[in-house]
Amino acid sequence: MTGVRHHIPDPLLVAYVSGSLPQAYSLVVATHLSMCDDCRARATAHEAVGGSILESCGTADLSGGLRQRVFDMLDEPVIETPRYERSGIFPAPVMEALGGLPPKWKSLGMGVRQSILSHDEGGSVRLLYIPGGQAVPDHGHNGLELTLVLQGAFRDETGRFGVGDLEVADDDLEHTPVAEDGVACICLAATDAALRFRSLVPRLLQPIFRI
Amino acid sequence: MLTSLSDQSLAALDAPVTVDRDTSVVREREKVERESLSDQTVWMLAVRDNRDRVAFGRLFDYFAPRLKGVICRSGMSPSQAEDVVQDVMLTVWRKAAMFDPERAQVSAWIFQIARNRQIDVIRKERRPVPEELKLPEETQEDAAQVLALDQETQKLRAALRRLKPAQREMVEKAYLGELTHSDIRDQTGLPLGTIKSRIRLGLERLRHELKEQGLT
Repeated sequence: MTGVRHHIPDPLLVAYVSGSLPQAYSLVVATHLSMCDDCRARATAHEAVGGSILESCGTADLSGGLRQRVFDMLDEPVIETPRYERSGIFPAPVMEALGGLPPKWKSLGMGVRQSILSHDEGGSVRLLYIPGGQAVPDHGHNGLELTLVLQGAFRDETGRFGVGDLEVADDDLEHTPVAEDGVACICLAATDAALRFRSLVPRLLQPIFRI
Repeated sequence: MLTSLSDQSLAALDAPVTVDRDTSVVREREKVERESLSDQTVWMLAVRDNRDRVAFGRLFDYFAPRLKGVICRSGMSPSQAEDVVQDVMLTVWRKAAMFDPERAQVSAWIFQIARNRQIDVIRKERRPVPEELKLPEETQEDAAQVLALDQETQKLRAALRRLKPAQREMVEKAYLGELTHSDIRDQTGLPLGTIKSRIRLGLERLRHELKEQGLT
């Protein structure tokens, strides 16, 4: 996709390629890679480093039967895992997280909706729906927050984010994203800890909404 | 009887010969280029294109002990590591058609398969991966691009070898997932720019072909 202006920073990309990035963030990174050839090329370049390390690191002795076991299995029938395809604005990784079904939106008030894709101690990842012209409730967060635009656009103190753009916010950033007028802004957002919304939802209700 | 044919027909009779000669020139050039490719790429192409079991055996002998080495480094038990190695090598065989030497070197492709498998095993859920790019029905690879990427990777490997031991250890840790993302900073000036442009070229060519075939 052309026109992407906010990309994945290298440390994050290396963390993804190396497998050390938690699941929630990995989903956002994999989705951005599905939308941005530039980052896909960069990710592959990092994989080339990984491959070179694989080739140049040491070897470990294999147990005797492994080679024959693998050869014996070459002709076994393969059980294909289901493969998801992009559907509308949702790239394949999002469709996989949705289990192939449309998002189940829950209202957060003021027309803002969310659909939680996964939530555990490692982090949470959700789809956010913000009507055109509407502000996302003013929030801070306890750690890294990744927000990827799938439809529409938003602006905040740091700039404008359109389709395919990724905002990387650390815990220092207190920001108020506002959806641009027109079509609703739909984002994929991952955090490693509960978001602290300041105004819209009273703090007491946060555990109920899981935000 | 030939004398009764028009000049045009004669030209038509000649044509296949010319085409043959051209093809043989192309084949000759491709043969030379194939000979300059790394052994691993040649083996992988033989597995992909001819389902060559001898070549697969060579890939296994080369990669399986290395895979076990890096997987054990991440703390998996040797027997669990061998299960992963087995799955990875079977994937290499089964998904060989997905191998695209214009965009990835064999070791990079296998590295990624191994990472995915390892995470699936540890987290017990599938690791999110980018959308697969559709491959055109007929892949007529650009041999020059394949060779160029192969050579870029060799340069990269040389650059890795030249790193000071401490630097090299950092890089290894970062790429083997032994650092958290906040620990990973600058990647010590590895020549990733050129390799990235090569991969980008491969991607653009693929997109172009998909467009031509109306697949996108």
